[in-house]
Formats: sequence, C-alpha cells, structure tokens
Amino acid sequence: MTQTAHRAHPTPAMYWGIALFLAVVTALEVAVPYIPALDPVRVPLLLIMAVIKFGTVVAFFMHLRYDKKLYRTLFLFGVIGAIPLFLVVLLTMHAF
Amino acid sequence: MVLDTNKDLAEPKGIWSWITTVDHKRIGLMYGVTALVAFFVAGLEALLIRLQLTTANGTVLSADAYNQLFTMHGLTMLLVVVMPVGAAFMNYFIPLHIGARDVAFPRANAFSYWLFLFSTIMLLSSFVLGGAPDGGWFGYAPLSTQLDEFVRMDYYAIGAQLLGIASIMASANFIATVFTMRAPGMTLMRVPVFTWMAVVVSFLLIFSLPIFGVGLFQMFFDRNFGTQFFGGGGDPLLWQHLFWLFGHPEVYVLILPAMGIVSEVFPTFSRKPLFGYPFVVFSGIAIGFMGFGVWAHHMYTAGLGPVAEAGFGIATMMIAVPTGVKIFNWIGTMWGGKVRFELPMMFAIGFVSLFVIGGLSGVLHSVVPSDYQQHDSYFVVAHFHYVLFGGGVFGYVAGAYYWYPKWTGRFLDEKLGRWHFWLMLLGFNLTFAPMHILGLNGMARRTYRYPEGLGWEFWNQVATVGSFLIGISFLFFAWNLIRSRKNGRVAGNDPWDGRTLEWSIPSPPPVHNFDEIPVVEHVDDFWHRKYATDEDGRAVRMPDVTGGTLAAETTTGDDGEANRGSPEDMHMPSPSYYPIVAAFGVMVTGYGLIYIPVGWVAAGVGLLITLWGFFGWSLEPVTRDAHHD
Amino acid sequence: MTSQTAPVEAQEHHDIRPIRKAAMWVFLGSEAMFFGSMIATFLLYRNNTADGPGSEIFDIPFTSASSFVLLMSSLTMVLAHNAFEKRDGRGTRIWLAATALLGITFLAGQIYEFTEFVDKGLTLSTSSFGSSFYMLTGFHGAHVAIGIVMLLAMFFLSLEGRLHEERGLNVELVGLYWHFVDIVWIVIFTVVYLLQA
Repeated sequence: MTQTAHRAHPTPAMYWGIALFLAVVTALEVAVPYIPALDPVRVPLLLIMAVIKFGTVVAFFMHLRYDKKLYRTLFLFGVIGAIPLFLVVLLTMHAF
Repeated sequence: MVLDTNKDLAEPKGIWSWITTVDHKRIGLMYGVTALVAFFVAGLEALLIRLQLTTANGTVLSADAYNQLFTMHGLTMLLVVVMPVGAAFMNYFIPLHIGARDVAFPRANAFSYWLFLFSTIMLLSSFVLGGAPDGGWFGYAPLSTQLDEFVRMDYYAIGAQLLGIASIMASANFIATVFTMRAPGMTLMRVPVFTWMAVVVSFLLIFSLPIFGVGLFQMFFDRNFGTQFFGGGGDPLLWQHLFWLFGHPEVYVLILPAMGIVSEVFPTFSRKPLFGYPFVVFSGIAIGFMGFGVWAHHMYTAGLGPVAEAGFGIATMMIAVPTGVKIFNWIGTMWGGKVRFELPMMFAIGFVSLFVIGGLSGVLHSVVPSDYQQHDSYFVVAHFHYVLFGGGVFGYVAGAYYWYPKWTGRFLDEKLGRWHFWLMLLGFNLTFAPMHILGLNGMARRTYRYPEGLGWEFWNQVATVGSFLIGISFLFFAWNLIRSRKNGRVAGNDPWDGRTLEWSIPSPPPVHNFDEIPVVEHVDDFWHRKYATDEDGRAVRMPDVTGGTLAAETTTGDDGEANRGSPEDMHMPSPSYYPIVAAFGVMVTGYGLIYIPVGWVAAGVGLLITLWGFFGWSLEPVTRDAHHD
Repeated sequence: MTSQTAPVEAQEHHDIRPIRKAAMWVFLGSEAMFFGSMIATFLLYRNNTADGPGSEIFDIPFTSASSFVLLMSSLTMVLAHNAFEKRDGRGTRIWLAATALLGITFLAGQIYEFTEFVDKGLTLSTSSFGSSFYMLTGFHGAHVAIGIVMLLAMFFLSLEGRLHEERGLNVELVGLYWHFVDIVWIVIFTVVYLLQA
C-alpha cells in the first residue's frame, strides 16, 4: 500500500551491534577526563566522540541514512547551521 | 455530479460550524478578520502616540501610558497583525496553489488559529488588568526583568511564547503540506512564487522562534523564580542576542509573503509570465538564509567590538543583493507587458517603490559608523515603517484586492478602492517621510516627549496629519470589505484572467477545492490550459476551457486508478471541537502562569483542559467514516 | 524532489506516514534550535558560580550510568519499532515497556541528582551557572517525561488492538522523538558534565 518502500533496513542483530558500539564509545568518553595525559586534547576528543554517537543514533536508529535525501539535507543544514550562529554569540560575549 | 447530497461536501452553516471548522479556507478568513480588527486596535494606539508627539512636552499621555502604547503598537502590528495576515493568505492559498484539498494537518491548523486568537485576547486584556507590557516589543533586559510589582512583562513573556507556539505548528503544517501534497506533475519549480515564499517563511519561523522561546522562558524565570540569566551574574546582552536571532529573521517573515503576493499580481496585470521565476525563488531562499546571519546589526552600539561589527555590516550590505534581484525581476515583468492599472496592481507598484525607499535607508543603517548616529533615532522608525508599511501593508492590501473576488465571488468597489489607495499613499508618506529628517536632526525614539526649541515640532505635526489620513483611508477599506460582499460587482471564477490554479475553480471555492486534482505540466499551469502560443509567440485562447472548473480530464494516478475525485471517495476531514478546547486550555494555563504563585491552580486546570483536548484529538478518527476504529 | 509519486492527500486512503514523518523532522529541527540556545546559555555561564557550587559537585560515574541507561533505551525503542513493522504485537509491547522503564529510570536518576545538588547548595537562583544548568537539564527531563507518556499511551493502545500503521501516534514517529531526546542528552552529557569535569 505504501509508495515509499523501506529499502535496506538494519536487522535487530545490527541494532544490538550498534548499541554495543555506542556503549563502548560512552565508556571511552567517561574515561577521558580521568587520564591526565589526554588533558591537552580533551576538548576536541570528547567533542568528536559526542559527534560520533550523535551521528550513529541519527543515521541508524533514526533511520536517516535510509530515508529520503531531503530529510537528511534539512537536518544537516539545521544542525550545521545552528553551530556558527551560537558560536558567534558566544565569541562576541567572550565566553571562551 | 451530485454533490449536495454528500454531507461532507456541502458548505456548513452556523457559528458551531466555524468553531469546529478544519477547512483551511475558513481558517484563513478567520485569521484575516482577526488581523484586520487588530490592525485598527494597533492603529488607534499609533494615533494616540502621534497626538502625544505632535507638540513638544506633550501632555496627552503620561510616560507610563506612552510606554504601554508604543510597546503594544509594535507587538500588535508585528505579531498580531502582519504575521497573521501572512498566515491568512498562506492558509487560504497554499493548498489551492499546489492542487490539494487542504493542508497536511487540518486540526492542527485550527488549533494554531484558536491559540493565536486566545493569546491575542490575553495580551490585549492586560490593558485592563493592571497594564499592558511596557518594556518595548524588544523587551530589553534588565528593564524587562526588574519591575516586578506589575505583571505587565509577564503578559509579554507568556503571550509572545503562546503566539510563537501557534506559529511553529502552522509552519510545520505548511512545510509538510508543500513537500508532500503537491498535485501530480507539480514539481517544486512549478509551485507559484507566493507558496514558495510561504515555505521559506515557515522555515525561518521553525528555526528562529525556538530561540526567542528560550529567551522568553529565561525572562519569565528571571522575573518569577529568581534566576540569573540577564541580571545578577548574568549578562543583559544575552537577551539581545537571543531576541535578535529571532527578531531579524522575523522581519523577513513579515515581508516575504507580501513579496510573494506581488510576484503573483505583477504577471497577472502585465499579461506576462514572471520575469526570471527561478531567480525570484532562489533570491527568496537566499534572503531566508542570509537573514540568519545579520542579527547583530541591531546591536552595533552594544559594544560588540570592531570584528563583529564589520562582519555583520558586510553581511547586512550583502543581503540587499537578493532583494535587488527581486525588484529587477518585477520591473522586468512589467517591461514590454500589457499593464492594467487595476487596484491590486496599483498597490503592488506602491509596494515596490516604497519598499525600495525603505531598503535604501536600510543600507544606510548597515554602515556601522553611520548607524552609531542613527541608532535609536527616528531615522530607524522611518526605515522600518517604509519597508513594513510601505512594503508589507501595501503588499498585503494588494493581495486583498486581488483575491477578494476569489473569497466572495465579488469585486471590491473600484471607487472606494481608489480613495483608499490615494489617501493611504498620501497619508503614509506624510507620516513617515518627515521621520527621516527628524531622525537625522536628533529626535530620539521610544521616549514619550521631546523638549521645545529643537525645531522638531513642525515635522511632527505633519506626521500626525498624515497618520490620521492613513486612518481615514482604512475606514474606506473596511467599509469596502463589508459592503462589497453583497453589493460588489459579481466576479466569475477567473475575473483577472489569472495564471495560477486558484482561478480554475469557482469563487468562492467549494469545500473540497478541486473536483478533480489537476495534473500539472507547467509553471502558471492554468494559463497554459487557457492559452496556447502561436508561431509569433502570441497567446491564443483555447476554445474549450472556460474560467470554471478544470475540464474533465480523466487523469491517472500511479496506482492505475483515475484521479477523479468523485464524492464517494472524497473524504474531507471532519470538523472537530478539540482544537478550540486545547487552545482554550493553553490560554488558561497562560493566565495561570502570569499570576503565579496564586495562579498555579489555574495553570494546573489549564493543563488538564489542554491534555483533554490533545488526547481527544489524537484518538478521534480524522474523517467521519474512517474505516479503522 | 518531483512529486510524481506524491499521495493525493491524507484522507484518501493513502499512506500518511511520509506526511507525518516530514512534520516530525521539521519539529525536531525547531527543537534542535531550542536546546541549542539553552546549551549556548550554559556554555556562557559555565563559570559564573557566584561563590556557590560549580561543576565540582557533579558525580560523573553516576551520571555516566544514567546516560548509559538512556542510550540503551534508544536500542529498545528501535527494537519496538522493528517488532511493530513485523506486526509482532507482543514484541512491540515488550520493547515499548522496556523503553518506558529505562526512561523512568533515567528520570529517577535525574531527580536524585537534583536533590543532591540542591543539598549541596545549587539551586535555580544560586547563580547563572545554577540557572542555566537546571533550565537545560530540566527542559530535557520534561521532554523525556512527555516521551514516556507517549510510549505508555502506545503500549495501552496496542493492548486494545488499536495501534495501527496509519495512526497519527505511531511507533516510528514516537521513536524519532525519543531518539532525538537521547541525542540531545549525548550533547548535554559531553558539554555540561564531561567537559567541565
């Protein structure tokens, strides 16, 4: 009945695998503040890990990877667009 | 085709049918009427302001009364008049332009209207409940967060928040509609410019209103829960950023639908296609994007530092470019066309000329050192009234004269219309042109009086005379709107020999809009059904297409069934009272929040009513005879 | 972006899911700006502690555990959606209930955390840090709570056999909302907790 057929769909096994991946990244994330040697790169490292988790949930759990390209475009524009906006606000207010 | 035996498709009558309507056309009309009434309210506020400023050291209004009036004038005009007028047109015409029978979410559509109406009532009731918001429509902290012996700015914080929620829902509705419900063959680059602008506006609101929403919550919390967002350890400048991150896209929200209307009027009354349709569309999109990058040009004097100021100055200058593109396209449309100076066209031409003047003063503001002198002076007041009134209002009025025949089946009266036009043109320019001079001569805005001896009296008197002329011109307009419903010259389905799909159906349209969903093959598809081009490139009228309903082509959808909408399988969404119930609940919650701690009870009651409304809404079937449940 | 396959409109027996899905993504876009503003506010005020407590009162191990719980609820959510697509009513209900349970656990953890912080002297009005911390995490918690209500609603609808594919309140849409609430927390956990530790 539906026009938009569901294309490649992750299987439950894949979902468990992704969840495991997310759990591992979380564990690594939590470890970072406790490792003094990583202090100089702490900020970029944690940000990158957060982005990886964010992207994984969005792409696979929220199915964006398999959905209409339009949604992906809109979402990415929104997220990527928001960041410079708030960055400018914070910079002009000397937050960093 | 026998339609009147089908209860769903007959035009419902009576107050209850309006209260429970989910028909986008009725909702559009309700937005329009509400906005028009609010226009008179805000106009009255303006006249009082003008009376106070006619003389030096004026005594017509106290400082307190003045602060409430100029705050509410701005707030009302922007959030309760111009935005809802845009919403009125968008509601009525988006489905018609894309060949749909309604919007994606008809009940949410109704909810947006009722929430708008109730929030407006709540906001206006503040006048008699202790005083209206008095911190300016821009609500700068710490003024807006400090005076807490009155709840006035709580009306602002909650009222604007509720209006914003209504707009966000409507915007999501329109985006979903245009992206998923277009008629077969209607690609995005065949959608009429007006509806394209509606899409851009909807995205602007989706992304900017939440930022304002956060600021409003923070203001409310500072006022009521002792938080320190803008005071104490907080920075008042944060409010300015959050506000203008919304406030600037907001001005494009106000003007783009009017630009869309003008983009429909110019081709119709020049008997030529819009010059450079893709450019007009893409410049609209560009304005939308760039509109997010210039907000701090409202904050040049706030100490941002030279790097930020230069950056925003350049970005602001650049945003004039896509706007200029549109102007040239409109002129190009007229050029070489057979121009008819009917009333819609007169107002549309008024739009273009007055908007250009406003745009020029805007470019002057973009130059940072120049703006250091102009900021907070009447030069700014002149600028934004030229773009918002000279531009926006003229454009929306053009839309009213253009589409009144479609709504009612009758023309607006020609003579009354001309009185309206000339009085408005004269009155408008008399009111706001002198403000350029007053501003450059140092008159400050947002203050209730000015001293003698500075030479400002003369132009203030001229402005006051002009403002009353505007008022009179709108009395002509209101009278015309009311009277022409019964007495106007009968218009057919296609009184202007139009180009877009709304002219292919009866005036006023039936509940279900189109008997058959059209299959679209061109931009200006209706025009191409009426006219073919001969070898010399001239339009030749096709004999068998009247200005009535589209000829009965049996079109095939991709599932093989005929796309003909016969009454048996046309399920129009059923009316519902849950939207108005839910909206009412939200208003009660709003009142409760304004008067906390006593108001917590009311807020709780309001929340329950809202939940009842939402649950009833999600559990009732969409159509009367839905096959599931 | 051509619409040759666009459904005529919702009410004429066509699948309305693309329409509702489009609307949900648009709504999530606006929510992203909403939370983005609050995160920016927190970043601005992260050091404005006004002689009150600051990030030193955070209990990273505890919050890590809550974060893990919420992350796993995304897994159970997607398994619920998967079961629903396969018309497995029982499986749907089990995973929906699991998601709601994990969500409730997360909220309980938040409430416990907040009471601890208040005890240690951090309230909404203590400082700009306190204001922005509680506003951000408070609104997030409210969103989780609304999500739990929707999950439970679907659970009971499913019990009554009234959870249909074409319904407005369907598993996929609530799933999108729920995952969004999870990814917002991913950002909050990193920016508010880990980066300030």
